[in-house]
Amino acid sequence: MDSLLNPNRPPVFCPGCTHERLTGALDRALGLLNRKAARVALVTDIGCSGLFDTFFKTHAFHGLHGRALTYAAGMKLARPELTVVVTMGDGGIGIGGAHFLAACRRNLDITLLILNNFNFGMTGGQMSATTPPDAVTGSGFLNRLEHPLDICETAKAAGAPYVGRYSAFEKDLPEKIARAIGHEGFSLVDIWGICPGRYTRKNRISPKSIAAQISRRPAFDGAVAENTRQEYGALYRETARHAPPLPPPRRIEAVFIPPSTKRQDVVLLGNAGQRILTAGEILCLAGMTGGLQVTQKNEYNITVLRGPSVSEVILSKERIDYTGIETPSVVIAVGQEGVRRRKGLFKKMPPDGLVLAAEGLELPDCPCEIRLLPFKKQRIRSRDQALAALSVLARKNRVLSSKMLEAALKIRFPSQASRILETIPQCPPE
Amino acid sequence: MVHCLMDGNEAVARGAFAAGCRFFAGYPITPASSIFDVMMRLLPPAGGICIQGEDEIASIGSCLGASMAGLKAMTATSGPGISLYSEQISFAVGSEIPIVIVDVQRLGPSTGSATRGADGDIQFLRWGNSGGLPVIVLAPVDVTDCFRLTQHAFDLSERLRCPVFIASNKEIALTRESVDPEQLETISIGKRPAPVPGKPFLPFETSPENPVPGFLPIGGETVVRQTSSTHGIDGYITTDPAQIQDFRQRLSKKLLDAVDTYTFFDYFPSASKDLLVITYGVTARSARACLKAFGGREGPFSLLVLKTLWPVPESVIREKAEAAKRVLVLEMNMGQYVREIQRVLDSKEVRFFGRMNGELLAPSDILEACRHG
Ligand code: SF4
Repeated sequence: MDSLLNPNRPPVFCPGCTHERLTGALDRALGLLNRKAARVALVTDIGCSGLFDTFFKTHAFHGLHGRALTYAAGMKLARPELTVVVTMGDGGIGIGGAHFLAACRRNLDITLLILNNFNFGMTGGQMSATTPPDAVTGSGFLNRLEHPLDICETAKAAGAPYVGRYSAFEKDLPEKIARAIGHEGFSLVDIWGICPGRYTRKNRISPKSIAAQISRRPAFDGAVAENTRQEYGALYRETARHAPPLPPPRRIEAVFIPPSTKRQDVVLLGNAGQRILTAGEILCLAGMTGGLQVTQKNEYNITVLRGPSVSEVILSKERIDYTGIETPSVVIAVGQEGVRRRKGLFKKMPPDGLVLAAEGLELPDCPCEIRLLPFKKQRIRSRDQALAALSVLARKNRVLSSKMLEAALKIRFPSQASRILETIPQCPPE
Repeated sequence: MVHCLMDGNEAVARGAFAAGCRFFAGYPITPASSIFDVMMRLLPPAGGICIQGEDEIASIGSCLGASMAGLKAMTATSGPGISLYSEQISFAVGSEIPIVIVDVQRLGPSTGSATRGADGDIQFLRWGNSGGLPVIVLAPVDVTDCFRLTQHAFDLSERLRCPVFIASNKEIALTRESVDPEQLETISIGKRPAPVPGKPFLPFETSPENPVPGFLPIGGETVVRQTSSTHGIDGYITTDPAQIQDFRQRLSKKLLDAVDTYTFFDYFPSASKDLLVITYGVTARSARACLKAFGGREGPFSLLVLKTLWPVPESVIREKAEAAKRVLVLEMNMGQYVREIQRVLDSKEVRFFGRMNGELLAPSDILEACRHG
């Protein structure tokens, strides 16, 4: 098999740098697997390991520091047939830690080669995530205070199904890299090497000491039995095949005549969990069955089941511009928090306005009719009260008709509409 | 009469799908998450890919990888996520990677208020990349715009090979509206330019006719290089100042020269020409409501609604402001785009009215601001 090395761009590493050996080892590994240049994408990180893509005549993608695995993921998902190899230094594994963990957990068929030389070569020999505490680095005493990361143990804990830890000087490294690339799924190869440009100036490290260090650590040489599972991309495609397609937006026909041609500004006030937004949506759908244009602007806090929930619904014959409500025609109040949040609204009600409020709420003064609804007595659950208030409104034939409400419920809850209609009691007695 | 009920986020997702987007990656964030929800239901059944990144950086990173592999890609987030995207955005700008980025703006700074709206990222979107080269930002006003402009975003990002932003706002994204399905038209989406024929492929080679480099996907039959480093037409690092300068010039010019071809706006003239109100996004609706209250043409101002915010559509701004004595810029922030209007209309009196407290500017606020103008 021909070499995939770029004849025009020979490696330019410092003399004695193990990156040069690894360039050759990766080339031979791809050769052993018989991969063609156009079937391989080399994704490289930043630093000296980030130069790798320029030495090969394969597809190449050189991006930002620590992010190589993110590009590789998109590329592999887009083109499953492509052999994707990522080269990264021990710096990249530090800054890109989240991506590393995600790659291990996800198990896309990508091979990650970590060119681990225990420091940042390119920027001045600063400490990295794998620098031993007793090393002398460009980061002063800081590495003495930290614990170095065991990349392989971390990968295993994160679910990597294939992990190898080798010295850059091992003779059969090409075969080992080839095995990792050939593995279907995420494979990680942690290759310990030497950076004469920076690290060995102040630190004693040799092929022998690397071999000795590695032999003192837990061995990693291939499949991790407990992490063996189906490759993510294949699993994704298989699962996606059974996902039901999203239907186009539902078309709602205008079939009823609404009770009034006047624009209606309805504000629903409640507490989170009272299904205020759902009630607002039902009101919108009801309006649309009456041929009205609608908008629904919602306000709530980030807490899911606490705080106020406010929905402003406008129904109009004409296009609605501003979606807020300055003067409501109807206020539905079922929760104290919503009332408190919009207490200023009440005094702005027009004389012909209407407030439908759950009995027991504290309401501000207001210049229009207030109708109290005895939900507690009728044992209407808090989460159904906004909907129940809509049915009161419908029975008064105000804003919406009963037919419009029924149609909206059928649209929103096709299988439960009749049950809901039954549970909203014929309330309240006039 | 038939209508659909939809919010802005769903319309963005459906617009993207209609434009041929087949890769989406996002990280959960209010108020953008429902774009992910809809993409998750749209893409996998259609053979596309939708994933949840381990963070925002990963989300946009995987989009860049997928885009270079030939798919149309989109991501969506809010202000805090745009901050994290920033370095990848610079990459997409400098290395000409097509991508659509949706910013559903929420009230900042920082974590701010996740569920309240603002237009606080308008300058951030423009300047949030290292190197300061131009980007395209489109600002929808309503649900129909979300559907339409997202398609235009794809068309532009593919043809010009650049990131294109949709500057949405919680108040559009999560506000439901009845929309006329007839208005949800699909547009034809341009393609990434083809490489110069009859020559060996160079990944950043352009021709005199087209300042955008020809594209071939990573993973295709021809080997392709992509790099975030300063590169020449061959995709290898260059240190030649002349070549570098040409490149930077081209990256600017390819967007700036064409802006008149993608200036989206609405103009509502009124009998009184003295005052021109300029605004964008959801605030445009409040301004329209003011005009409607006066029966349209009798309104106290003419209204220019910009939907292309960046590059600044200077021609249309100058043209519509020509007859005006005064200009009032309305924004849901503390005064951002007004700087551009002041720059373009430097001989006119340009004032600002806005606030950033999570509330829409109400029509009554705007009329009040006009009166004091
Ligand atoms: S600085 Fe270190 S890692 Fe970089 S090329 Fe030189 S020896 Fe190799």
